[in-house]
Amino acid sequence: MSETNIADNFKPSLDVEKIRQDFPILHQEVNEKPLVYLDNAATSQKPMQVINALDKYYQQDNANIHRGVHTLSERATTDYEQARGKVRNFINAGSDEEIIFVRGATEGINLIAQSYGRTNLKPGDEIIISTMEHHSNIVPWQLLCEQTGAVLKIIPINDDGELIMEEFEKLLGPKTKIVSIVHISNALGTINPVQHIIDHAHEHNAVTIIDGAQAAPHAAVDVQELDCDFYVFSGHKLFGPTGVGVLYGKTHLLEAMPPWQGGGDMIKMVSFEETMYADLPFKFEAGTPHIAGVIGLGAAIDYVNAIGLDAITAYEHDLLEYATAKASGVEGLRLIGTAEKKVSILSFIMESIHPHDIGTILDHEGVAIRTGHHCTMPVMTHFNVPATARASFAFYNTFEEVDRLIAAIEKAREVFA
Amino acid sequence: MIFDLKDLYQEVIIDHNRSPRNFGKLENPTRVAEGYNPLCGDKLNLYLATENDVITDVSFDGSGCAISVASASLMTDSLKGKTIKEAEQLFESFHGLIMEEENPGPEEMQSLGKLAALAGVKEYPARVKCATLCWHTLNSALEGESCPATTE
Repeated sequence: MSETNIADNFKPSLDVEKIRQDFPILHQEVNEKPLVYLDNAATSQKPMQVINALDKYYQQDNANIHRGVHTLSERATTDYEQARGKVRNFINAGSDEEIIFVRGATEGINLIAQSYGRTNLKPGDEIIISTMEHHSNIVPWQLLCEQTGAVLKIIPINDDGELIMEEFEKLLGPKTKIVSIVHISNALGTINPVQHIIDHAHEHNAVTIIDGAQAAPHAAVDVQELDCDFYVFSGHKLFGPTGVGVLYGKTHLLEAMPPWQGGGDMIKMVSFEETMYADLPFKFEAGTPHIAGVIGLGAAIDYVNAIGLDAITAYEHDLLEYATAKASGVEGLRLIGTAEKKVSILSFIMESIHPHDIGTILDHEGVAIRTGHHCTMPVMTHFNVPATARASFAFYNTFEEVDRLIAAIEKAREVFA
Repeated sequence: MIFDLKDLYQEVIIDHNRSPRNFGKLENPTRVAEGYNPLCGDKLNLYLATENDVITDVSFDGSGCAISVASASLMTDSLKGKTIKEAEQLFESFHGLIMEEENPGPEEMQSLGKLAALAGVKEYPARVKCATLCWHTLNSALEGESCPATTE
């Protein structure tokens, strides 16, 4: 059986060809070869439905929100707030006031650290994160530790790229105040047992934060079922615009937290003697937000819902299995991140070919991947590599594109033969 | 226009990547500098022995992509016996080679020697930093800076 036939035998559970028609950017040539976009963990592409929503907002409805009585402002406000409702349903939050729009997952974590953390942490209090965190779930806590005297504790990982849960249990204690863990690793693809982590953290009365930047596009999230205290994700990895993201927080926590930034839209009344803050969620949305971005994110959620996250998860799982099997057959290729539970992220290194050289050669073949440390330098340190090459798949990728990836890797081997 | 991969990965580069010249620590360096490219994680240590402003010996170690390793290997080869002033001039010529659209004139090209193999890098802007890391490290070694050189 030829290699192409293997791809033919996989029966996609999605109508990918139809889906691809919604993504104009995919239909172009790079270096005279059809583009194969496999850098979805860095940012995803946008369907026409999202692009049209941005277009409509700027062409027909552009106005500031929550402050005008004129028609355009009312339209913009309605669309903005409807998007909040879409986000609430998407992650099954209890109410709209628990959905705060921010610039992205990074800003969400910084907000929690600076508002919740600075108010509640004392010297010697402990914050637990893990080796596989993105820098955005490390540095805000290091800053907080410098400011408060709190101490950072790290859950180690094993050589498959999984959290060592026994070590987590050992780290938990009366000093644990915050447990902030990535739902799905951007560098390794590992799906972490967040339910277990949240439950155990709560037994020690710690506040739990889940970084869902990679989870939101790949898996259904139910914050009420998880019972996490905070959940953050970015719009641009979820087929929405850049510069917009979501912070979910439980009402009682958000209510007790001081505002992070001050300005317009986050107040009820301002005088030089006293300022009254607005109610949730506006207390945390100072200044004119990324209105178009929020509306675009709402459109992206509609789009994902129309396909269905369960169908997406199933299809991407097939893609990952296929890609893993093919990649494992490439001589000199070593996968970094072989957890039992993974999403469609394939990190790898090649014997005697540096990831950057792989990246350049793959680009030459029209295949876009990410190379580098993926903002997870402690992961690189754990695996004792300076960088990895990473192919990350979305539901619009095809089995044929996996074949193109593998062929391009073989090309890299030829160049370095 | 499409560029041939072989313009970037010339045989000289593949060869110097596979067997880098002057790789390892010098026994008695007079100047040492550390280079780091935060974008790719390339790390490079440069060891120089100078006598009366002449580079008598030079070596490097560290890790990086083929372009950065080959560039460091070629650089160290071409620096031996040069005065510090000549080394600085060479950096200028090399910079022109990989940054300017037009290649340097024949005289400069001749002075570049094997370094000319890196000319293809100019078509890959993301890789220019890989090729210049060792030269920035050389600069900081010559200037006696104590902090690591970076390409930023």
